[in-house]
Amino acid sequence: MQMDRTTLLATIREVVTPYAKNQEALQQLNEDTDFIKDLKINSANLVDVILDVEEKFNIIIDNESMEKMINVKAAIDIVESKLAGS
Amino acid sequence: MNTRVVITGLGIIAPNASGVADFRDALQEGRSGIRHDAALEALQFSCQIAGTPVVTAEMQSRYFDALELKGFNSSAILYGVLAGMEAWQRAGLTAAVNTDWDSGCIFGTGSSGVDKLREAIYKVDEGQLRRLGSTVVAQTMASGISAWLGGKLGLGNQVTTNSSACITGAESLLMAYDRIRAGKATRILAGSTSDSGPYIWGGFDAMKVCTFKSNDNPAAGSRPMSATAAGFVPGAGAGAFVVESLDSALARNAPVCAEILGGHINSGGQRNDGTMTAPNSEAVQRCIREAVREAGISPSDIDAINGHLTATGKDALEIQNWSAALGRSGTDFPYISALKGMTGHCLSASGSVELVAAVLQLQHGFLFPNINCEDLHPDIRAVVDPERIPQQLRYKDLQVIAKASFGFGDVNACVILKKYHANG
Repeated sequence: MQMDRTTLLATIREVVTPYAKNQEALQQLNEDTDFIKDLKINSANLVDVILDVEEKFNIIIDNESMEKMINVKAAIDIVESKLAGS
Repeated sequence: MNTRVVITGLGIIAPNASGVADFRDALQEGRSGIRHDAALEALQFSCQIAGTPVVTAEMQSRYFDALELKGFNSSAILYGVLAGMEAWQRAGLTAAVNTDWDSGCIFGTGSSGVDKLREAIYKVDEGQLRRLGSTVVAQTMASGISAWLGGKLGLGNQVTTNSSACITGAESLLMAYDRIRAGKATRILAGSTSDSGPYIWGGFDAMKVCTFKSNDNPAAGSRPMSATAAGFVPGAGAGAFVVESLDSALARNAPVCAEILGGHINSGGQRNDGTMTAPNSEAVQRCIREAVREAGISPSDIDAINGHLTATGKDALEIQNWSAALGRSGTDFPYISALKGMTGHCLSASGSVELVAAVLQLQHGFLFPNINCEDLHPDIRAVVDPERIPQQLRYKDLQVIAKASFGFGDVNACVILKKYHANG
């Protein structure tokens, strides 16, 4: 499955929407957006975001990658690399 | 110091009504909330009827946002939050913007989110631990209900969950009362809740304490004080009350529903006739007498009793214990109200659900009909004149109601409530 970064960004936006407490930051979502600092996602919910990402892309995100998934850019990088099969 | 303590708000999710206004109507109508339960039938329960509250999606979305409802599967927290939030609102209170150090929450339950726990157990056993997500702990920890309410309201005083089987609700009220009397809090959101469903009720069904004789006639199944009582009908729900110092209530011009004169909690220690499941009558009588003493009233001041009265073989013993404790019988016996005829036995929620009923009885001056006891048990008839057990709605000014709950573990609680008068 190949997706460009714009498509990935749109899908990530969809996934984080129910968790985001800051609607303005959600409107302006871009690669620099931080899940906790900008979107004000409850830190306990980060694990739910990751599970939803896994489901959406049918991938498994290992613990190490999980730790890095704190912003949109990292999320896209990780999804891209998993989709590429690495 | 003699701080007067009052109840300024009520909330209720019961099998026969949701919300205080509807519950008051249900009480006066003698409305049954007992229905046939397809899940219990499919699972081959002996008792296939139950009192399960009806909660609509609209009611849920009033107090839960979409994110909170994602993966939500805890009926105890659902009922408890709805009842608790209603009580807070009816007391004229709003959620605190900053932490409110003077307000707390003592909200009991017997278990929390047993259905959620079941989901989690299956996932863990299937090697799917990581798929649990973040929602399991908050929905299944015993203190979940007080934590949810505390967070929604910004409560900064003690936030805890008590648990003592069927006296849980009465106990929460008295714990709140004690804390306010001790000057350690101004107001406490008290109450109790219970999960519903087969995993909560199964253990009781297996103990053969639930009726199997009314599966084809649900509304007649819960029969407190009846000669044909055949066991309790399981139920669930939540009752809530804002317990507050009178000074605070007056200062903020709050509505006062009733005054708490006092109460008592004890245990029979599972000695004499007391066991894990049966009461020690000496302890029951002592609990009632001590409650009367602590309330500073005389037994003759009690206008009505809101009993525990579950529709098992123990109802007559309960009546005998009330009679012995108060030294009253025949036409001199207080009026009796047994709510479980309409709701079934809401287990850990029963005490609070019935206390909400008792407060409404005082506030609006009525004795609700005792349904399903048209064939009064002869051992009860021997102690109490049938006129004292109304089977039709009766409007009557009531000043003092004694409410008792008794629970597994041989535990007892008795609360004395009084109609509120400004001058005491």
